[in-house]
Amino acid sequence: MILFDDVTKTYASQNRPALDGVSLEIEKGEFVFLVGPSGSGKSTFLRLVLREERPNSGQVWVLGKDLNRLSNWKIPTLRRQIGTVFQDFRLLPNKSVFENVAFALEVIGKPRSHIRKVVPEVLEVVGLQDKMERRPDELSGGEQQRVAIARAFVNRPLLLIADEPTGNLDPTTSVGIMKLLDRINRLGTTVIMSTHDAQIVDQMRRRVIELETGHLVRDQTRGVYGFAR
Amino acid sequence: MRATFVTSEVGAGLRRNLTMTFAVIITVAVSLALFGVSLLVRAQVTTMQDFWYDKVEVSIFLCSRSSDAASCASGAVTDAQRDQIRADLESLRPLVEEVYYESKTEAYERFQEQFANSPIVENVTEEALPESFRVKLSDPTQYDVVASAFAGRPGIEQVNDQRQILDQFFRLLNGLQAIALLIAIVMLVVTVLLIVNTMRVAAFSRRRETGIMRLVGASNFYIQLPFLLEAAVAAALGAGLAILGLVAVKVFVIDGVLVPSFQFTAFVGWDAVLAIAPILLLVGVALASLAAFLTLRKYLRV
Repeated sequence: MILFDDVTKTYASQNRPALDGVSLEIEKGEFVFLVGPSGSGKSTFLRLVLREERPNSGQVWVLGKDLNRLSNWKIPTLRRQIGTVFQDFRLLPNKSVFENVAFALEVIGKPRSHIRKVVPEVLEVVGLQDKMERRPDELSGGEQQRVAIARAFVNRPLLLIADEPTGNLDPTTSVGIMKLLDRINRLGTTVIMSTHDAQIVDQMRRRVIELETGHLVRDQTRGVYGFAR
Repeated sequence: MRATFVTSEVGAGLRRNLTMTFAVIITVAVSLALFGVSLLVRAQVTTMQDFWYDKVEVSIFLCSRSSDAASCASGAVTDAQRDQIRADLESLRPLVEEVYYESKTEAYERFQEQFANSPIVENVTEEALPESFRVKLSDPTQYDVVASAFAGRPGIEQVNDQRQILDQFFRLLNGLQAIALLIAIVMLVVTVLLIVNTMRVAAFSRRRETGIMRLVGASNFYIQLPFLLEAAVAAALGAGLAILGLVAVKVFVIDGVLVPSFQFTAFVGWDAVLAIAPILLLVGVALASLAAFLTLRKYLRV
């Protein structure tokens, strides 16, 4: 599903590599936590998977594609198979919940009949079937993140990337979001989630990949947050 | 491709940036109108050249008794000289298309006709007017061939090319056309800069949408199309205004003022306006789309 082979990424404005010689493999159907302090390379890792950045050296394979050799016009096809969720939700404020989710399908040219069928389905998965006509500012943070997850999941991606999805949420709400991500994972989607939340990682007991100053310092199945220190 | 989605995005985009849209429409309209006028002046010059070059002649004035040119030192032209000139002109065919001899009597009659209402007629005698050969050339630009062959020959007072007088006038018109074209080009450059900036603002104000579109895997084409169409629609509206302006110039300036005032010459017809209109539309839309495309490539990268 994802294979990093000795990947190094240095941004033009910095001396130290953001990611330094990282090799790892993530299998289909896994649930992986990506942990580490700020600046450890978590975001860079995720950006490389999304092909928003290219590595300086090493190979990145995602969904069977060598991203170094993936031509620009094929990037959209790759991203249609990857759902993405962010800490700041990134919803469109002037669109309703339904429209926000539908937007993701409209812009990849799905027919309207398909949209009318699958958007309510996915909103039911995230538990927002009764709030389809609400605007994002009428929802709580947790609900907004559910909309974002619905949008990421509506196209039934093979891979879901969540960049600190609970970073803006209180612990109780976070538990709900984690249950949702767990459910999506059980439906067959590989989930990679970066987080600072030790409690969540300790509770879930899933694979933990820890980065520190760009180095892979721990890769543990059924891990906890603070094992290395 | 969902047409309704794209059209609603274009409409929303144009409304969101209303002042910028107006600015683009107006600069496109003004620059294209100037461009159109310069093309119209060029068409006018061509029309007039066609009209006049067909009528212009080279006049070879022969010496009369009163001529004081150096080549007339031996007095009025002799019969032998006249016959020789005629024979030489005939030998220049096919460049020389027609040769017409105008005697003093004919010159006087024509003079009387031309100045029928003028007291000048009474002061001019038949003897004062020179006899001449009126030569029509198949290619008026080859005037020099005739001039060099005849000017300064004994018995010839002067070789006159009417075309030279016209050419001064055409040079003036061509100069005006060049100025209009130059201003039009400057304006078009300004328009392109304005479109580049408008696209930058539009891309920035919609970065949230385009960011999401990128993430969910919308193609570049799909992301850029609403922006491109916005620029193209604004440019097409501007070109429409420019065409209206051109029609107004044709109706009010050419047909309304120039044609009644200058009946001796020909003016451009509707066919010229009809030929210029699609050029304006094409130039406007192509230029705007290209400017938008190049800007978006920079600001909406995958």
